[in-house]
Amino acid sequence: MYHAIVFLPLVGFLIAGLFGRVLGPRPSEIITTALLFVAAVLSWVSFIQVGFGDGATRIQIAQWMSVGDLQVDWAFRIDTLTAMMLVVVNTVSALVHLYSIGYMHEDPHRSRFFAYLSLFTFTMLMLVTADNLVQMFFGWEGVGLASYLLIGFWYQKDSANAAAMKAFIVNRVGDFGFLLGIFTVFVLFNGVTFDAIFPRVAEFADAKFHFLGIEWHALTIACLLLFMGAMGKSAQFLLHTWLPDAMEGPTPVSALIHAATMVTAGVFMVARLSPIFEYAPAALTVVTVIGGITAFFAATVGLVQNDIKRVIAYSTCSQLGYMFVGLGVGAYGAGVFHLFTHAFFKALLFLGAGSVIHAMHHEQDIRHMGALRRYIPFTTAMMAVGTLALTGFPFSAGYYSKDAIIEAAYAAHSSAGSFAFLATVVAAFMTSFYSWRLFFLTFEGSARWGHHDHHAHAPHSHEGVEHDDHNRDVEPASHAQHEHGHHGAHTPHESPLVMLIPLLVLAIGAVLAGIIFHGAFIGEGYQEFWKGALFTRPENHILEEMHHLPGWVPLLPTIMMVLGFGLAWYMYIIDNKQPAKLAADHPILYRFLLNKWYFDELYDAIFVRPAMAIGRFFWRTGDQRIIDGLGPDGISARVLDVTRGVVRVQTGYVYHYAFAMLIGVAALVTFYLFRGAH
Amino acid sequence: MFGFGILSGLLVLPLVGAAFILTLRGDSEAARSNARWAALATTIATFILSLVAWARFDTATASFQLVESHAWLTETIRYKLGVDGFSMPLILLTTFLMPFCILASWESIGHRVKEYFVAFLVLETTMIGVFCALDLVLFYLFFEAGLIPMFLIIGIWGGKRRIYASFKFFLYTLLGSVLMLLAIMAMYWQAGTTDIPTLLAFKFASNLQIWLWLAFFASFAVKMPMWPVHTWLPDAHVEAPTAGSVILAGVLLKMGGYGFIRVSLPMFPEASEYFAPLVFALSVIAIIYTSLVALMQEDIKKLIAYSSVAHMGFVTMGLFSMNEQGIQGAMFTMISHGLVSGALFLCVGVIYDRMHTREIKAYGGLVNRMPMYAVVFLILTMANVALPGTSGFIGEFLTLMGAFRSNTWVAFLATTGVILSAAYALWLYRRVVYGELDKPALQTITDLNRREIITFAPLILLIIYYGVQPGPILDAFAVPTESLLNNVQAALATVKTAAVAAH
Repeated sequence: MYHAIVFLPLVGFLIAGLFGRVLGPRPSEIITTALLFVAAVLSWVSFIQVGFGDGATRIQIAQWMSVGDLQVDWAFRIDTLTAMMLVVVNTVSALVHLYSIGYMHEDPHRSRFFAYLSLFTFTMLMLVTADNLVQMFFGWEGVGLASYLLIGFWYQKDSANAAAMKAFIVNRVGDFGFLLGIFTVFVLFNGVTFDAIFPRVAEFADAKFHFLGIEWHALTIACLLLFMGAMGKSAQFLLHTWLPDAMEGPTPVSALIHAATMVTAGVFMVARLSPIFEYAPAALTVVTVIGGITAFFAATVGLVQNDIKRVIAYSTCSQLGYMFVGLGVGAYGAGVFHLFTHAFFKALLFLGAGSVIHAMHHEQDIRHMGALRRYIPFTTAMMAVGTLALTGFPFSAGYYSKDAIIEAAYAAHSSAGSFAFLATVVAAFMTSFYSWRLFFLTFEGSARWGHHDHHAHAPHSHEGVEHDDHNRDVEPASHAQHEHGHHGAHTPHESPLVMLIPLLVLAIGAVLAGIIFHGAFIGEGYQEFWKGALFTRPENHILEEMHHLPGWVPLLPTIMMVLGFGLAWYMYIIDNKQPAKLAADHPILYRFLLNKWYFDELYDAIFVRPAMAIGRFFWRTGDQRIIDGLGPDGISARVLDVTRGVVRVQTGYVYHYAFAMLIGVAALVTFYLFRGAH
Repeated sequence: MFGFGILSGLLVLPLVGAAFILTLRGDSEAARSNARWAALATTIATFILSLVAWARFDTATASFQLVESHAWLTETIRYKLGVDGFSMPLILLTTFLMPFCILASWESIGHRVKEYFVAFLVLETTMIGVFCALDLVLFYLFFEAGLIPMFLIIGIWGGKRRIYASFKFFLYTLLGSVLMLLAIMAMYWQAGTTDIPTLLAFKFASNLQIWLWLAFFASFAVKMPMWPVHTWLPDAHVEAPTAGSVILAGVLLKMGGYGFIRVSLPMFPEASEYFAPLVFALSVIAIIYTSLVALMQEDIKKLIAYSSVAHMGFVTMGLFSMNEQGIQGAMFTMISHGLVSGALFLCVGVIYDRMHTREIKAYGGLVNRMPMYAVVFLILTMANVALPGTSGFIGEFLTLMGAFRSNTWVAFLATTGVILSAAYALWLYRRVVYGELDKPALQTITDLNRREIITFAPLILLIIYYGVQPGPILDAFAVPTESLLNNVQAALATVKTAAVAAH
């Protein structure tokens, strides 16, 4: 069964990729989507088997490499964590496949699109089923490749190509740490298989390791390096810059890769390696702090973005921060539970946004929307469900998972935990605000899309401060052949059924995932459900502590949600002059947030341009002037001088040859004499 | 048959083909066509013969196999051939790449066709000779003889600055080889033989090892090429015809690495240990420095040439980390790089044949008219940046792991190459393949033709196959690596014991 789950998407990729042009787009769509649905159904079967029965196992596929002590296999490790990820990946992927049939119906390159989607799914499955760190790295880089291809899917768009490249390279920065982490683990444990590592972690609880001339606590440095990989893939603070740009890809891609699955790979990795992280408290502190910063930072940026997808992207970034906070304080169940519920409601929000974009003929700027509720009621309802779940409305999915993380941060009783608690509570308020801001601007108020020449007139003026990224995010590239939309008035229309069904399914998940599964993931069923897939040390009592909190703590996130909703209601429904006024009153802060804390500019100044300048310097000065100048060119110049002086020959180069030989012989004799003198 | 075995057959077969081509009369189109087909047939036959050799090869032993030995210059300097796990895969790589070189030259070589193919076939003999020679003098002969056909290929069929490039190539390599010859003489006087198996067991005095190591190093470092003696490579690549670049990157560069593993490491273990930090330093500089230089290149071939230098940095780093992962990874990188960079140069050749320029600026948006080419180039680019699942990953991963075990600083710095390689390779891909096809000259460019598809298909299949199942190659290296490491450890242990005893 697991062979089928993992390899069916690969089959789909190969069929659509190799024969897509022969088959035509429709068969490619049907084949890949059907295979994914089979895989998704099987995943649920395995989830129930493993999670609520006893089906944990290891399946050997083949040997990968065997070099000295390094033994790496292609193998599946099936436990509750894997089974849960299988469900998340295959369910969302199947729905996104289905949705894309509608969303991409105008695109001439659909076969390629579906091939990429299936390729992504396959590599993601290899990642979550990995039985060792190297196979995980295979999946890790594989999803990076698929992400690169899908972000750059509309390759005629320069911004898409730039975003694709950026995503790959920033992820590589994380992978740099991941690789070094794998090496450290190998040197410590003499193996990279989880089965070889986990039982022996306790032996190394106090081991030391020399890395870069400094003596480290061995497990801490290993975990920190591995976490660097997680930071890259999960777009955590400092390595987050690629995620908002990744929105250049088609919207279904954003839902699948940049919300529900790939970006949670870092969370999965830390959860998978919980047996190691548990023995590296310092590393867990770092995880908590980074998670807290990300949750806060991304939420602040999300407050002012105007692109519908970017708002959701920053929201994703922020929610990933929450997950890391959960992991960092030792409540792995809570972090993973949030991963699980987040997959449903964030995919829902993205696909809903896609439906809006589809309805608006590829308009993505929420300043040019409004009043859509009357035109696309179903999408509006679905978006409302997603927003409620994200903001943690009572008994929705986010209510259980997000609040659990905030409570865990409080229950940690550590300084990092307190910081994370504060950050996540404030972020909860901002999350609620920007989510409802998005909702109100899009679906409520007055229609701001009637005048069809809006691109020309004053898109800069809405919130008082000019924009630098305006127009970059519009998504029409390949649709350009179909000259509809931007010319002439149009009425937003509801999307076709293939797009609405996935929304409905995900909405059901967003409502029910929390209430059904919270007992198993973080509640009384914890032990029987996880069966050790998430490891906690005996000293780790966080799950119990979470039940003994002061009464105001569990209420706080809900209060924040209400406050955020109220503020958004006030600013965008009651008195919609307020936002512009606020922005005009605080131009510096507004610009700072709008430009995402100037990270792109900063990185450009300290990494990209210096690298290019150094590269040019090494090339022009290092290679051409110094090495060549003193070396071959210098010598040949001298040889030429001598040649001209001694023998007047016109055609140079045979004589260069001879002279070079002469020099060689001279060197030989000199050296020989020198040797002989001893 | 006169005591000559299959390895001699591998050496002679290309020469027979060359001789046949020389007998062709005239320069008519028919003669040219015959020359092409004869060269292709010869290289394929050689490849098949090398597969026969591979079938007879036993990977379970570290000793030399298929050995043949005949008196040559004297009784002690002999014509002796043999292969072990290190050399056999390199021979296969050579014979495997040759038919692709012939195919790549099918239409792009317009003048002196016969001479061109003769030069290539002679080159093949010398390359195989280097990898199977078991006598240092014979090794030296092949090592240097290979220069001449390559010199001619660049100098006659090269681009505009071919004279400069070929001269630079020659000057650099000559510098090294002179010192190597000297070292071989010294070894002969010391050990009384140039027989490689005997020398492998011979213990040279410590201070002599230092000098001998340096002399060989000069030659191998230029061939690799290592920083800072790498500047001949970009020029040679840029000016060489496509097939010349393929062979240069695919096989000729491997001679340096092969020399290290055949001579430097096993024969001078003390000196190798002593100089390992130097090699590490040069390797790390090569990886970072040349990657940054590659980033700024404006010429596609030059960019790939610089990336080759960076990859060779991984090889030297792995070899001198002196553990299983490092050495096997380095050897694997050589094979993988042979396939990947060879294919990449073929890829450049495809568009060069159509547009006659290698300027990155002249391209852009090729995917619009050349979707198949875009796929091929993408897979090769990914192999070049060592994406797991391609052969490039295995080598890079293992060499870095080996280096990490030996020195974390080296691994730390070298791993930045992972980031830099992604930067230069993807940027190149973006500028050449992606974007809109708005350059007028490119409007009529055609996608891969049948001959080109046939050329790329096996290369790509192998690159992916060895990325998923590297076993067939890695296993060949396993036993000799183990034996090499044991010998080195034993030699170093003796030295340490002696040092302790002296106190």
